Amino acid sequence: MSSDHHSPKAHRPEGAEGDHPFRAHHFNTAGQQAGAAKLGMWAFLATEILMFSGLFLAYFIVRMHYPDMVLAAHEHLNKWAGGLNTVVLITSSVTMALAVRAAQTGDQKAILRNLLFTIGFALTFMVVKYFEYSAKIEHGMLPGKLYHAWDHGYIIEGNPHIFFAVYFCMTGLHGFHVLIGIGVLTWIYIRASKGHFSPRYYTPVENVGLYWHLVDLIWIFLFPLLYLVR
Amino acid sequence: MADKESKHEAGHAREPSYLVAQKGLKSWLLTIDHKRLGMMYLGATMVFFFIAGMSAIAFRTELLTPGPGEISWVLEKLGMDPTQSATTYNKLFTVHGAVMVFLVIIPSVPAALGNFLLPLMLGAKDVAFPRLNLLSFWVYTLGALFFVYTLFAGGLDTGWTFYTPYSSNFSGTAVLSATFGAFILGFSSILTGLNFMVTIHKMRAPGMTWNRMPLFCWAIYATAVIQVLATPVLAITLMLLIAEKTLNIGIFDPAMGGDPVLFQHFFWFYSHPAVYIMILPGFGIVSELIAVHSRKHIFGYKAIALSSVAIAIISFVVWGHHMFVSGQSELAGIVFSFLTFAVAVPTAIKVFSWVATLYRGSIQFNTPMLYGLMFLFTFTIGGLTGVFLGTLSVDVHLHDTYFVVAHFHYVMMGGTIIAFIGGLHHWWPKMTGRMYPEWQGRWASLFIFVGFNMTFFNQFVMGQQGMPRRYYTYVPQFQQQHVLSSIGAYILLVGFLWIAYYLLGSLRKKNAPKEPLPDNPWGGASLEWHTQTPPIEHNFHGQPRVDSDPYSFPQIDRTGQVDHH
Repeated sequence: MSSDHHSPKAHRPEGAEGDHPFRAHHFNTAGQQAGAAKLGMWAFLATEILMFSGLFLAYFIVRMHYPDMVLAAHEHLNKWAGGLNTVVLITSSVTMALAVRAAQTGDQKAILRNLLFTIGFALTFMVVKYFEYSAKIEHGMLPGKLYHAWDHGYIIEGNPHIFFAVYFCMTGLHGFHVLIGIGVLTWIYIRASKGHFSPRYYTPVENVGLYWHLVDLIWIFLFPLLYLVR
Repeated sequence: MADKESKHEAGHAREPSYLVAQKGLKSWLLTIDHKRLGMMYLGATMVFFFIAGMSAIAFRTELLTPGPGEISWVLEKLGMDPTQSATTYNKLFTVHGAVMVFLVIIPSVPAALGNFLLPLMLGAKDVAFPRLNLLSFWVYTLGALFFVYTLFAGGLDTGWTFYTPYSSNFSGTAVLSATFGAFILGFSSILTGLNFMVTIHKMRAPGMTWNRMPLFCWAIYATAVIQVLATPVLAITLMLLIAEKTLNIGIFDPAMGGDPVLFQHFFWFYSHPAVYIMILPGFGIVSELIAVHSRKHIFGYKAIALSSVAIAIISFVVWGHHMFVSGQSELAGIVFSFLTFAVAVPTAIKVFSWVATLYRGSIQFNTPMLYGLMFLFTFTIGGLTGVFLGTLSVDVHLHDTYFVVAHFHYVMMGGTIIAFIGGLHHWWPKMTGRMYPEWQGRWASLFIFVGFNMTFFNQFVMGQQGMPRRYYTYVPQFQQQHVLSSIGAYILLVGFLWIAYYLLGSLRKKNAPKEPLPDNPWGGASLEWHTQTPPIEHNFHGQPRVDSDPYSFPQIDRTGQVDHH
C-alpha cells in the first residue's frame, strides 16, 4: 500500500514523527494512531462518568427523600477505612503518573517499579474494601430485602436498606473498576517488561493511566458522599 | 470529488473484492474488515427484522375482531392453553417492540450501512479500531442470544420499556434475560459509537475537512455522540433493575420506600436520545439519496450538518415528554413541553433543505429515490404529529393511545426503515457487486408505501377517538379501522418479502453480471463511488485526496443553472 507522506497537518496529530513496530496497518502515521487511541480513551471515560452519574443521581434522590435516614445510616460506615482507602488511591495515582512519565522518558526500570507500586496500592484498596464489606455483611447491613441489621442490635430509623443498596451499588461498581484496573495494569506491566514502550510509543501506558486516574477520581467523590454525610 | 491528479483508482487492474479476498468461514467470523462486519450486521439485523415483523403480523391478526379469538384458536391448535391469549398478545407486542428497537433499528443503519460506508466515504482503510469493531459485533451477537433465550424461556410481557414496578415485582416472564440482553447490546452500541466518533475525528483522508464530509458521516457522527453519552445511563438503569429484580434492593419499589418514577426518568434519559440514535442515520441516508438522484448540490449543507448536531444536543433535555402523566411536577411538564418544540426547528431545517434540493433538480425516479421521496412524505407526518404529542395539554388526551403508536411508526418505520431500505438499494451494487432488478424495486416500493400508510394513518384517527394502545380486545366501533390496519400490515409484509426475494435473488450465481458493474452506477461524487465495485480489501489503491465537497456533480448536472459550490 502506498501511503501519503504529505498529508496536511489536520490529518496528523502532533508527535507524528517517528514510527514504531506497533503501528497498525490502517493508520498512516504513528501520530494518527496515538491520537485515535487517546481520543477513544477520553470518549470511553465520558461513558464511565455517565454510567456512574446514574448512581450519583440515585444517591441524591435517596438522600432527598430520606435525609435523616442517610445521616443515621452512614454513621455505620467505617470512616477510617474509607479515609485510608482515599489516601491509598491518591498515592496510587501519583505512582501511576510517575510510570507514565518514566515511559515518556524511556526509563524502563522506573516504569516497572512505578507500575508495581500502583498495582500494590490497588490491591491494598481491595483488601481494605474486603474487610469493610465483611463487617457490613456480618452486621446484616445489606441492600433491600437482605437487610437484617436489627437482628444484630442495630436499629436505624427509616429505610436504611435503600442507603445500603446505594452504598453497595456504588462501591461495588467502583470496586469492579479497581479490579479491571488491576487487570490492565498487569497487562501493561507485562508489556513493559518486554520492553515495548519507548519515548516513541507509550500510548497504552498513558491510556491506562487516564483510566486509573478516573477510577481514583470517582472514589474521591464517593468517599465524602457516603462516609462524611453532614 | 477527488482531484484529477491523484487518479487513485483509474488505471489499476481489477483486484479481488473484499468478498473474495480471503476465503473460509473463519475469515468472515473473525474478520476485522469493516465491510465484512457491515455485511454480517446486515444479515443479523435482517433476521431479527423478520422475527419482529412476523410478531407484528401475528398481533395485527388478533386485532381483526374486537373480541379474543384468533390467538386462542392458534393456541388450541398447538395444544396450548387457549386462555393464555391475552398474555400471548402482550408477549407478541413486547417481542415486536424490544427486538425492533434494540436488535434492528439501533444497529441497522449505523452498524450495518455505517460500518460499510463510513471508512469508504472518509477515504480511510478501516475504522479507527478494527478489533474493537469485531468485538462489538460479537457483543451484539451475545446480547441477541439473550433475547433469543428470552423467547424460548416463555417470552416477556412488560413492553419494551420495562417499567417498574411491574417488571421488577410482578411480571412472571423472563425479565432478567431480556434486560441483561439489552444491557449487553448497549455495550455493543457504545463501542460502535465510540469507534465511529474516533474514526471521523482521526481517519479522514487528506483534504477531507469537516465541511467536505458527506452528510451521512455527519449524521453518523451525531449518532455516535448520543450513543457514547446516553447508552451508559441505560446500562446503569438496567443494572439497577436487575439488582431490584434479584436482590430486591428497593430503589424502584414503592413498597420498600423506593421511587418507581425514578426508573422512568432513568429509562427515558437514555431512550429519548435513543430515538435520535434511530432516526439521525436515516436523515444521513436521505441527504445522500436526494442529492445524488436529483443530480443537484445539496441545499444548505452546513445547515443540515449542524442541525444533526443540534438535534443530538437537544435530545438530552426532552425526556420528560414521555412522562407528562407520570406525576412529574407541572413546571417540569411545561418546561419539557417547550424544550420538545425546540426539536422541531433543526428537523424542519433538514426537511426544507431536502425539498429545496429537489427544486429544479434532475430527478431520477429510481428505487432509491422513490424511498427518499417516500421518506419526505411519511417522516414529515411523523414529525408533525410529534409536535401534537409534545404539547402538554394535547398529550394528556392522546397519551397511550393509538395516536402515539401511529406517530412513532411514522418516525421509526416511515423514517428510519424507509431510509434504510432506500439506502440498501442505493449502495447494494457497491456492497455486493450485483444490481437489483429496477422494475421490481419500484413496484415493491409501491407496496411498502401503500401498505405502510394503510396500516398506520387511520391509527391517528383511532387514537384520537380513544383507542388505547396495547389492548388485545376493543369496542366494536373500531373494528373497521383495525381491519384496515391489519390489511395494510399484510400488504407491507408482501412488499418486504418481495424486496427480500429479489435482493437475495440478485446474489445467486446465475444472476451475476457478465461484465463487472461500473464503479459509480449513480454518478455519486463521494469517495465510496471512486473505488472498485465491490471495494477491494483495503478500500483504495493508495491514499485518496480530496479537494472539493461531495455534492458537486460536474459532469452529470443537467440543470445548467445551479451554482455547484
